[in-house]
Amino acid sequence: MIVFKGVHKWFKNLHVLNDINLHVTQGEVLVVCGPSGSGKSTLIRTINQLEPINEGSLVVDGMDLSDKKTDINKLRAEVGFVFQQFNLYPHLSVISNITLAPIKIRNMPKKEAEEQAMVLLTRVGLAEKRDAYPSQLSGGQQQRVAIARALAMKPRIMLFDEPTSALDPEMIGEVLAVMKDLALSGMTMVVVTHEMGFAREVAHRVAFMADGIVLEEATPEDFFMRPRHERAQQFLRQLLTPMQAECP
Amino acid sequence: MLNYTFDWSIITSGKYFDWLVSGLITTLKLSTVSIILAFILGLIIAVMRMAHSKPVRWFAHAYLEFFRNTPLLVQIFFWYFGSYKILPTVINDWLVSTNFEFAAAAIALTIYTSAFIAEDIRSGVLSIPKEQMEAARSAGFSYLRAMQYIILPQAVRITIPPLVNQFLNLAKNSSLAMTIGVMEMTYQARQVESYTFKGFEAFTAATVVYLVLSIVITALVNTYNEKVLNLHKAT
Repeated sequence: MIVFKGVHKWFKNLHVLNDINLHVTQGEVLVVCGPSGSGKSTLIRTINQLEPINEGSLVVDGMDLSDKKTDINKLRAEVGFVFQQFNLYPHLSVISNITLAPIKIRNMPKKEAEEQAMVLLTRVGLAEKRDAYPSQLSGGQQQRVAIARALAMKPRIMLFDEPTSALDPEMIGEVLAVMKDLALSGMTMVVVTHEMGFAREVAHRVAFMADGIVLEEATPEDFFMRPRHERAQQFLRQLLTPMQAECP
Repeated sequence: MLNYTFDWSIITSGKYFDWLVSGLITTLKLSTVSIILAFILGLIIAVMRMAHSKPVRWFAHAYLEFFRNTPLLVQIFFWYFGSYKILPTVINDWLVSTNFEFAAAAIALTIYTSAFIAEDIRSGVLSIPKEQMEAARSAGFSYLRAMQYIILPQAVRITIPPLVNQFLNLAKNSSLAMTIGVMEMTYQARQVESYTFKGFEAFTAATVVYLVLSIVITALVNTYNEKVLNLHKAT
């Protein structure tokens, strides 16, 4: 479904992606984690070409991103993207946020698009917010609408770039629940996150990145119980330490 | 002492009143047509100014600098006296058979004002977070359609106060059209003055008309802004 082969990317002199080789199969959930500045956001953004790659090959859903003839808008319509900051359209109501792309890009009749949007809103538990505006919603609610908006295009792949990092702690659970539900429905997902509970429970594989390199790629069990690389061990210790301090 | 007898009756009834009313109607027509066209053209130039392609960007930039930095009166004269000489005969004949003065004035006002509107809209677009464009692009919208459905609707809302200024300027600038014989408000007031020597009354009438016109434009845009756009303010 997604195949990285020897992918490199530079921001000026900074080598942000260094020889990335990854393979995500259909229905698989890959969690990407790592310290900040490790290149994990850049990695996920290359998959729908929000960041173009400089070298190597990247094939997403059969479309080769290094080929100039690939219709990038067509690819993006097949790949849902959920941002850290939600990025809902503030001038549109919740329902219009969800129906805009299906109506304008898929040429779906308005009535059908709205029915579909209501099904999705019900799924993320926000049916009663259909006519609200994004500014009237909490962060957790906005992120759930953003997920519904991405799903409205019936994507074959869903990408999540730190979807809970901008949320208050009490709202993280509601967003993770929606994502877990989506994973269980068989969606192919790549998730950049620090939520190790989610990774342990939902991911099929975990990729650990540092300094633009995928240092470790393992099942959640192997990664959390037997991290091989020193950087990964250090990373996990830092994530776990404050929690242990709180609950001795 | 004051040696002038006020006679308001000449402008409130009869032939001169009719002249002033027809002037008012022409001013309204000229302003409305030009405001609508200038807004549309301004949007197009603003988008071109931010286009990916360098030649398109340069063209828009040249357009802006050229029309912002030359006097409106010169532009009106150019379209009225100058364009005549370079246009094909067929178009010329057609223009002469229609209302050429009006067309030349509308073209000049539209183009002149669109340059200012384009810069206002561009600064509105630049104030929209770049994540909005990313969200739209990642949903599969092309750059232009993302502009159309997501960026411009937000940018125009922010741009409303400077846009009102441009609309007001245009309405008042339309008085320059009298110089090429468009029989608009100022032209008719001048006519009434020449026939009656009642300059004070005639130009008071014109002043009041422009004042009311400006207040109405401001009120219309503000009402639209409050009723339609501000229902859902961005956070």
